[in-house]
Amino acid sequence: MPSFVTYLIHTLFPPTVRYPDILLIDAGLIVGAIGLVGFLTKTHRWGWLWREWLTTVDHKKIAVMYLISAIVMLFRGGIDAEMLRAQLAMPSVHFMPAIQYDEVFTTHGTIMIFFMAMPFIFALFNAVIPLMIGARDVAFPRVNAMSFWLFAFGAILFNISFIIGGSPDAGWTAYPPYTGLAFNPGPGENYYFLALIIAGMGTTMTGINFLVTTIRMRAPGMTLMKMPMFVWATMVTSALILFAFPPLTVALAMSLFDRLFGSSFFTLTRGGMPMMYVNLFWLFGHPEVYILVIPLFGVFSEVVATFSRKALFGYPLMVVSILAIMFLSYGTWVHHFFTMGAGPGVNAFFGLSTMLIAIPTGVKIFNWIFTMWGGRIKMTVAMLYQMAFIPTFVIGGASGVMLAVVPADYQLHNTYFLIAHFHNVIIGGTLFGLLSGMYYWWPKMFGMKLNERQGKVAFWLFFIGFWITFTPQYLLGLKGMTRRLYTYPAGLGWHELNVISTVGAWIMGAGFVVLVYNVVWSLLYGERDVTGDPWDGRTLEWSLPSPVPEYNFARIPVVHERDEWWAMKQKGQTMAHALRPEDVHDIELPKNTPVPFLLGASFFVVGFGMTFKWWPIAIVGMLGVIACLLYSGFDYDDHHHLEADVVRQTEASLGRLQG
Amino acid sequence: MRPAFFKRPYRKLVPLALAAGLLSTGCGQQYVLLHPVGPVGQQELHLMELAAIAMGIVILVVFTLYFYAIIRFRDKPGNTAPYRPDWHGSKWLEILWWVLPAVLLTVIAIPTVKTTYALDHVPKGKDPIVIDVTSLTWKWLFEYPGQHVAAVNQLVIPTGKPVLFELTADSPMNTFWIPALGGMEYTMPNRVLPLWLQANKPGTYIGLSGQYSGTGFAKMFFHVKAVSPAAFNAWVAKTRKTASPMTMAVYDQLLKHNTTGQALYSSYPKDTFPTVANGFTLTGSGMYMVMRDKNDITYMPMQNP
Amino acid sequence: MSVPLAEKTGQHQLPIEFADEKESIKITGFWMFLVTDVLIFASLFSTYAVMRTSVAMGPTPDQLFHMGPVMLETILLLTSSFTIGLGVYFMRKGQVRALMGWMIVTILLGAGFVGTEIHDFVTFAQQGATWHTSAFLSAFDILVGTHGAHVTFGIFWAITLLFQLRKRGITPQTARKVYTYSLYWHFLDIVWIFIYTFVYLNGKIV
Repeated sequence: MPSFVTYLIHTLFPPTVRYPDILLIDAGLIVGAIGLVGFLTKTHRWGWLWREWLTTVDHKKIAVMYLISAIVMLFRGGIDAEMLRAQLAMPSVHFMPAIQYDEVFTTHGTIMIFFMAMPFIFALFNAVIPLMIGARDVAFPRVNAMSFWLFAFGAILFNISFIIGGSPDAGWTAYPPYTGLAFNPGPGENYYFLALIIAGMGTTMTGINFLVTTIRMRAPGMTLMKMPMFVWATMVTSALILFAFPPLTVALAMSLFDRLFGSSFFTLTRGGMPMMYVNLFWLFGHPEVYILVIPLFGVFSEVVATFSRKALFGYPLMVVSILAIMFLSYGTWVHHFFTMGAGPGVNAFFGLSTMLIAIPTGVKIFNWIFTMWGGRIKMTVAMLYQMAFIPTFVIGGASGVMLAVVPADYQLHNTYFLIAHFHNVIIGGTLFGLLSGMYYWWPKMFGMKLNERQGKVAFWLFFIGFWITFTPQYLLGLKGMTRRLYTYPAGLGWHELNVISTVGAWIMGAGFVVLVYNVVWSLLYGERDVTGDPWDGRTLEWSLPSPVPEYNFARIPVVHERDEWWAMKQKGQTMAHALRPEDVHDIELPKNTPVPFLLGASFFVVGFGMTFKWWPIAIVGMLGVIACLLYSGFDYDDHHHLEADVVRQTEASLGRLQG
Repeated sequence: MRPAFFKRPYRKLVPLALAAGLLSTGCGQQYVLLHPVGPVGQQELHLMELAAIAMGIVILVVFTLYFYAIIRFRDKPGNTAPYRPDWHGSKWLEILWWVLPAVLLTVIAIPTVKTTYALDHVPKGKDPIVIDVTSLTWKWLFEYPGQHVAAVNQLVIPTGKPVLFELTADSPMNTFWIPALGGMEYTMPNRVLPLWLQANKPGTYIGLSGQYSGTGFAKMFFHVKAVSPAAFNAWVAKTRKTASPMTMAVYDQLLKHNTTGQALYSSYPKDTFPTVANGFTLTGSGMYMVMRDKNDITYMPMQNP
Repeated sequence: MSVPLAEKTGQHQLPIEFADEKESIKITGFWMFLVTDVLIFASLFSTYAVMRTSVAMGPTPDQLFHMGPVMLETILLLTSSFTIGLGVYFMRKGQVRALMGWMIVTILLGAGFVGTEIHDFVTFAQQGATWHTSAFLSAFDILVGTHGAHVTFGIFWAITLLFQLRKRGITPQTARKVYTYSLYWHFLDIVWIFIYTFVYLNGKIV
C-alpha cells in the first residue's frame, strides 16, 4: 500500500509541479474552492446553479458561460505572459528554471488561442447571432450546450496540468519528434493532445451549429445580402472551422498514439515523418488564424457603422473580400515553414498566395475608414478599440507581408520579429475586437452598460502597453533574437529592448486589472439599460429589451432592409414592433438537459485516465460517454411550450404590448 | 484641429516609437540582420528593405486617411463636416483600393520569386566547400566531408567561397542559423536539407538555433570563424594533426541529452551522417549530385534526360 | 404501426424525413458533420500517401496485402449500402417491418465486414506487422482502422434505431434518424471504395 501511495505522489506531483510559486497557487486554489463551495451551500445556490446554468441550453446563458471562461483564461494566459517577460527582462536571469519557462510559454500560447480567443468568439456568436437573424435559438441548442461543456472540460483538463503531473512543454505547435516519448516522457504532452482533441470536438460542433443556424434559421426576408456583416463573418468562420479542425484532430491523434500506443507516425526511428505533422498542423493552423480574426472583422463592421451613425461602406465588396479570405486562407499554410526545404517553386507559390490574401484584407481596412468618412464618430470604448485596431492591424499586416517575402522569411522566421508580427495581428485584431464586441454587446447580454470612464482607462493602458511591449520585439528580431529562449547571454545587445518590452507587459497587466474592476463595478453600480437600444444601433438585436427574454422574439420579425432596425427607426416604425395580443402564440423552446454537462465530464474522465495511462479510469469515462449518447438517442422529450399568456405577460411588463 | 490632434497620448507615441526605432537601427552592428557580411544575407536584406518601403507607402496612405477621418468626423457640437448617413459605397474608390495594394504587392512579388529561385542553389561556376551539419540534443556537430575533420559547436569556414551546408538532425528539429551570413533552414531527422551561405569578410559570427528543442535549446549558440582560404587550410592541417579522432563511442556520448562546450576532431566515423541519398541541386552550371563512398565526396555531373 | 405518407407530410411534396422543418434542419446539420468526416479521411489518406513508402524494416504493401479477404469485405459493404437504400425506400412507403428487415440485413452485412477486417488485422499482427513496425503500417492501420471503427459505430447506431422504430414506428423524427443513418452508411461505402482503390489495389500493382 505505501508503495502505491508513493507511486501516486510521484506520478501526480513530480518535482516540476512542486515549485514554491505553484504550491502557493495550489493553496490559493484550495482556499478558493472551499470558499466557493461554502458560498454556494450557505446561499442555497446549488439547485440554482444546476437548473439555471449547468443544464441550460439557452444560447444567451451559454454565451455568458463562454465569456466568463474566456476572461478567466485571459487572466491565466496573461499571468503566463508576465512570467515570460519577467524572465527575459535581464540576460542570464533564472527567475524560472528552463523547464518551467518552457511550460509557461507553451501554456501561454495554447491557452490564449484555444481557451481564450476561441471561447470569447463563441461568446459573441452565442450572445447575438440568433438575435441578429431574428431566431429563437441556434439550430441545435443541445449540441450548443455540448460544445460548451466539451470546451470547458477540455480547458479544465489542460489547466490542471501545471498542478497535477506537469505541463506540456513543446510549444503551442507541439512539433514532433520533440513530443515523442524519447524526449518528453512526462504526462504533459498527453494533457495537451487530449485537451485539444476534446475541446476541438466542441469547436467543430460549434462550427456546424452556427453554419446551419446562419443558413437555415434567418428571419423571413433576410436574404444573404441583407445579413449584417457579423452574421456573414460567423457563417464564414463556421465554414472555416468545419474545414480546419479535422486535420488538427488527425495530427493530434497520431501524436497521441505515438506516445500512448507505440505507433510510428512521427518518431525519430522506424521511418516516422515529423514533417507530416507540421503540414497537417498548419493546414489547420493557417485557417485558424482567420478563424481568430474574421469574427472580429464582423464585430468591427457593426461597431464602426453604429458609432459613425452611418451605413457600412462597400457592403458587397466586404462580403466578397471575406469570402476571398476564406478561400485563400487554405492556400497559404506553407508560409509557416518556408525554411523546411520545400523547394523554390512551392515556396514562391505560397509566398505569392500569402501576399494575395493581403489585398482583400486591405480592402476591408479602407472600407472601415470610409464608413467613418462622412459620419459622426462617437468615441465610446467599443469604438476606441475599433479605432485602435485599424493602425495596429495595418502595421501587423505590413510586417506580415515582409514575412511572406520568402528570402526575407529565411532571416526573420522564428525570431522576435515574427513574435511581434503575430501579436500585432492577434492582439490588434482579435483581442481588441473581442473587447470592442464585449463593450458593445454587454448591455444586451447583461442589461447594463459597462462604465465608459473606467473602460477608457483600461483601453489606454492596453493600447499603450501593447505598443511598448511589441515595438521593441521587432527590433529584437532584427538583432537576431530567436523565440522560446529561456535566457540569453549579455553582449548581444538584447538587454535594453527586453527591459522596455517587459515594462510594456506590466502596463498591459495593469490594463487587465482595470478591465476586471470595470466589469465588477458595472455589475454592481452600472447604468441600467432600459431602452434596449443604448447605442442607437442598426441591427435587430437592438429591437429587443435588455436583457433579452428567454424566447428572444415574441413574434418573428420580417426583414426588409440590411440595417433593419435603423431603417425602422428612420421611418418611425419602431412601435410597429409592439405586439397585438392576438399576434402572440405558444412558443416552442428547447428543454434543459444534464446530458451535455455529463458528456463533457465523461470526456474529462477519459482524458485524465489516458493522460496517466490509467486505463480503468479511461474506460469508466468512456462508459459515461456511451451512456450519454444512448440517453440522448432515446430522449424524444426535448422541448416544451411556453404558453402565449406567459409571453403576453412578459411583453406587457416590458411595455411592449399594445392595449 | 492640430492641437487636438496632439493632445492624445498615443499619437505622440507613434512618432516617438518610430524615431526611437530609426535611431537605434542607425547605430551599431548589433542589428545583425541589417549588416550582413555575405551575399545571401545581403540579398535577403534588399528584399526586406523593398518590402518595408512598399508597406511604408501603404501605411502612409492608410494612416493619412484614417487620422483625417477620425479628426474631421468626430461627433462634437458645431462640427461642420458633411454628414452623409446613407453614403454606402463608391465604385471608383473601391476599385482604387483593390488595385493599389495589388500594384504594390506585384512590385514586391517579382523580385521575391526571382530571389527565391536564385538563392536556392550555389551560383554558377563556384564549387562550394561542403559541411555536414547534424543538430544533436543541444549541441551542433559539424563534419567536413572534404577535409575529414569534425567540430562541435564551432565552425571554421574560408572567406569568399560558398559553403554548402547539408543539414540533418539526430534529435528533435532545430534550425541552423548564422544571422550575419543569411537565413536559416530546419534540421530534421530522416531528411537532409541544403543551405548555402558565404562570408565575404573574416570575422567571428554568432550562430544559433531558431526552433525550440528542449530545455538546453537556449544554449545552442555556436561560433563561426570566417578566415582566409590559406588560414582555413592551415586550420584543417593543424586539426588533423593535433586533435583526437571521433569514434562511435564519442558520438554516442554526444547523443546524450546535455549541453557541451566546443571540441575538434581529426576524423569521424562514416555512419554519423545519413548515407541515404536525398539528392538535390547543387549549382546552376549543370546538375550535380552528391556522391559518397567510404572516404570521399565527389560531385557527379548528371546528364539532363 | 405504419402511417400513410400523405398524412404525415401533409400538403408538402417532401419525403417524410424532410416534412418537419426542425428535422429537416437536422439533416442539413448532418451533412455538415459529414463534411468534417470527409476532411478527417482526407487527412488520413494524405498521411497514407506520404508514408506509404516509409516501410523501415517492415513489409511493403505488396508483401502485406491479400486480396481475398479485401474482395469479400468490398462485396459485403457494397451490398449493405444497397440494402440500407432499400430500407429507406420502404420507410418512405411507410412500411416499418420492411424497413426494419432491411436494416437488420444491413447490420449483418456490416458485422460480416468488421469481422473479416478484424481477422485480417489479427493475421497481420501475428506476422509481426503492427503499427509499431513502420510509418507505413501506422498510416495504413489508422486509415483502415478509422473506417472500421466508423462501421462498428454504425452497427451499434443501427441497433438503437431498431429499438426506436419498434417503439415509435415511422414518424418524422425516426424517419430523419434513419435517413441520416443511411447517409452515414453510404458515406462509409464511398470511403471504402477509395481505400480499396488507393490502398489495396495501388499497393498490389505499384
